Amino acid sequence: MTALTRLTIAEARAGLAKKEFSARELARAFTAAVERAKPLNAFITETPEKALEMADASDARRARGEALPLDGIPLGIKDLFCTKGILTTAGSHILDGFHPPYESTVTQKLWDAGAVCLGKLNMDEFAMGSSNTTSYYGPVESPWRRPGDNRPLVPGGSSGGSAAAVAARAVMAATGTDTGGSIRQPAGFCGIVGMKPTYGRCSRWGIVAFASSLDQAGPMTRTVRDAAIMLGVMAGHDPKDSTSAPLPVPDFEKALTGDVRGLKVGIPREYRVDGMPAEIERLWAEGVEWLKAAGAQPVEISLKMTKYALPTYYIIAPAEASSNLARYDGVRFGLRVEEGQSLDDMYEATRAAGFGAEVKRRIMIGTYVLSAGYYDAYYLKAQRVRKLIANDFKAAFEHCDVILTPTAPSAAFAIGEKSDDPIAMYLNDVFTVPVNLAGLPGLSVPAGLSSEGLPLGLQVIGRAFDEETVLRVGEVIEKAAAFTAEPAFTAG
Amino acid sequence: MLIEGKTGPWEIVIGLEVHAQVISKAKLFSGAATDFGAEPNTQVSPVDAAFPGMLPVINRFCVEQAVRTGLGLEAQINLVSVFDRKNYFYADLPAGYQISQYQRPIVGKGKITLDLPGGETREVGITRLHLEQDAGKSLHDQHPTKTYVDLNRAGVALMEIVSEPDMRSPEEAGAYLKKLRSILRYLGTCDGNMEEGSMRCDCNVSVRRPGEPYGTRCEIKNVNSVRFVMQAIEYEARRQIEVLEDGGTIRQETRLFDSGRGVTRPMRTKEHAHDYRYFPDPDLLPLVLDPAWVEEIRNSLPELPDAKKARFMREYKLSAYDAGVLAAERESADYYERVAKGRDPKQAANFVMGDLFGALNRLGVGIDRSPVSAENLGRLIDLVADGTISGRLAKDVFAAMVETGQDPATIVEERGLRQVTDTAAIEQAIDAVMAREAAKVAEYRGGKEKLFGYFVGQVMKATQGKANPAVVNDLLRKKLAG
Repeated sequence: MTALTRLTIAEARAGLAKKEFSARELARAFTAAVERAKPLNAFITETPEKALEMADASDARRARGEALPLDGIPLGIKDLFCTKGILTTAGSHILDGFHPPYESTVTQKLWDAGAVCLGKLNMDEFAMGSSNTTSYYGPVESPWRRPGDNRPLVPGGSSGGSAAAVAARAVMAATGTDTGGSIRQPAGFCGIVGMKPTYGRCSRWGIVAFASSLDQAGPMTRTVRDAAIMLGVMAGHDPKDSTSAPLPVPDFEKALTGDVRGLKVGIPREYRVDGMPAEIERLWAEGVEWLKAAGAQPVEISLKMTKYALPTYYIIAPAEASSNLARYDGVRFGLRVEEGQSLDDMYEATRAAGFGAEVKRRIMIGTYVLSAGYYDAYYLKAQRVRKLIANDFKAAFEHCDVILTPTAPSAAFAIGEKSDDPIAMYLNDVFTVPVNLAGLPGLSVPAGLSSEGLPLGLQVIGRAFDEETVLRVGEVIEKAAAFTAEPAFTAG
Repeated sequence: MLIEGKTGPWEIVIGLEVHAQVISKAKLFSGAATDFGAEPNTQVSPVDAAFPGMLPVINRFCVEQAVRTGLGLEAQINLVSVFDRKNYFYADLPAGYQISQYQRPIVGKGKITLDLPGGETREVGITRLHLEQDAGKSLHDQHPTKTYVDLNRAGVALMEIVSEPDMRSPEEAGAYLKKLRSILRYLGTCDGNMEEGSMRCDCNVSVRRPGEPYGTRCEIKNVNSVRFVMQAIEYEARRQIEVLEDGGTIRQETRLFDSGRGVTRPMRTKEHAHDYRYFPDPDLLPLVLDPAWVEEIRNSLPELPDAKKARFMREYKLSAYDAGVLAAERESADYYERVAKGRDPKQAANFVMGDLFGALNRLGVGIDRSPVSAENLGRLIDLVADGTISGRLAKDVFAAMVETGQDPATIVEERGLRQVTDTAAIEQAIDAVMAREAAKVAEYRGGKEKLFGYFVGQVMKATQGKANPAVVNDLLRKKLAG
């Protein structure tokens, strides 16, 4: 039954509907794959028993003729989503033993649609990182290798466990979250599809917060169609999240018409950054050609503020994080280190032990930029620049319908390769971060291999709440690219 | 008011920050209940306890209450306001930040008119009113080495109402608090109960030579009664004057009032000065109010104490003082109006403010639990007016009403207190008294006219007070004249 793990959501949906196999069989195939995928360290918590239980319930529903949209589809959940009664860590020591008494809105919607939970996926601590090397639970290895080189590579981050598990066929699809590229960059690195929806499209309720004005949940799948199916379930207004948009959820799958004739595809000239490998340039140009061949019309656009996006992001995101992470104080849940006599002693000991180096770095940056005397120069200015970046996109979308860019300026790198240079690490997100700052939808589609034989992604950016066009264009690229390469390691 | 120091007169400058707990069933950003006195940590939602992934959602009713209060303070309502995070670490502040409003509060400038003794009034400016969450409570006295935390109060909606530094004496500060409380209670936006902590006051106090710029101020935190506020200000002002007159300088600091010893003392200095790192809460969109909704709230406002006082003076011809006292509480104003309806308003005011308030004071109950209903008090006044009982007997009947809660007519009947206007009966009593007191009658007739009162008293005594005093006077004068 190994072949079951190679199915896409759309294929499994059809197979289940035709009773070619049961949800239980599907779940069994995947729990075995999860087991085999252990060397990747993609999971923090595995829930095989729960998976079988949920699969049985799914089979029972189907037998009663009450099958749901995602019935029996086995998923992995990034460990940033609170799951009722299941350990939720955000990849951090400080959430030791935290079993939330509630279920995040997005995961609840998935379960309500019949999906099956395989477990909680590893990630950079508090979603801070681009290589999945900051997790308290150890780094995740990408299932990919450079041919002839057995050094483990990073899967990207922060949703690195999600990307690795999907690429290794250990889960059929996974949830991710994206604050500055955390879905799209690992999707690019691992050769899968990753979608960050418009800010406000999916509820943030029950997702451990990193940077509230940027965080957004999204699907990580093997195909664009699967992303459309999964997003349709994850999305929707939630009165429990004041920033979620009170808009109806379109039928995203229906948007996949394959017809991009007459669409204008913006090519931002500022995205040709210094030091970007020529092969990424070439792939980008190839992407333009594919869309042109399908009847779309490339137009050159300008996103002048692009170069300010990273510094802006690295003020706003840490500022919000420094405040969001204040609640991890050892008083009510998670880790508590009792040293010294005073409350302050306990705070210091708990947070010193509970947070890793990258989280501490960002808390300090964030605290600094919000401090009296620095607020205006940093935080306030960053907010103004953020507005300008959003205006840039708004102006560009007067001349085009979508924007095409590379997902990241490089392919995956070896674990440890960039870890002593935070700035080099931050540069990974140079193409994805502006999209978060502007709150727009962005999709990474695997488009080719680097000269080293590693996946490279292209990113499609759309207008706010126009995921439909983004997905439609993404699917056309996917078809044209015909990306069939597989990682060295597959669990199924 | 000026305080005379060793080196000359000083003026006190006072500004107050009042934290008023909003009357609302649910908290400001969660659905948890807000009842006072519940078991610790039984009214806490995961939002209040700042569990990971929890998000605040504004409670519309709390916003309405803040707008209503703003309108009651004749203040500007800001149609766009912003919630900020005020960041600091403390065990009873679960999120590590308090959601408050910093640069853009929901209510801007307004005013309060103080009622001062002698019927004088004085206006005090309101700087702003903003909405914020309360913190939980740290209990340090439950265990020798541990601190317990109760989060029932965490997240409860507060209005912080900030005054201009417009007050000049402890009495004015007291009058401000009383008036503010009165307005809040009229509006139904805060119960004003300082003992239960639903209204708390921080006092900013400085002193200066008359006409000079403001001095350095000290803030006295969390004073919990009007009396203590006045005492704390009085003490603090004298302390500052003493420091200054001894050649010292005032350090800007936060102080606490020790009500047991009647002194203020500096709060334990924190090792770290707080930098609250305010920034707009990214979990909440700016609060945008529909002007039509604000108008709807404005149109639903009750008549407020100032308007009521003015109407009482106009309609019932009451003095400013009486009108102010009666209008201070909605319940007493309503009670008074029910008594006064169709009767002599002055007499009604005298009964309510004198006999009734006195009785309630002795019983230690509010007017809402008065044993004498407004209707019965009205009937008592009617009995005096139609001559059924005398004004003097009315006091006794009232006392019986307080005791039994009965209708005055029943009391008068049962106890046979009906006034005697029958001249024959009164003449008989007068004759008896004159016969008994022949010597005094002779004295009176010999010119000692001030004995008249004595005879009146004797006749009243003989009739057990039931004789109509006017008739007694009349007949007695004739008979004594011979």
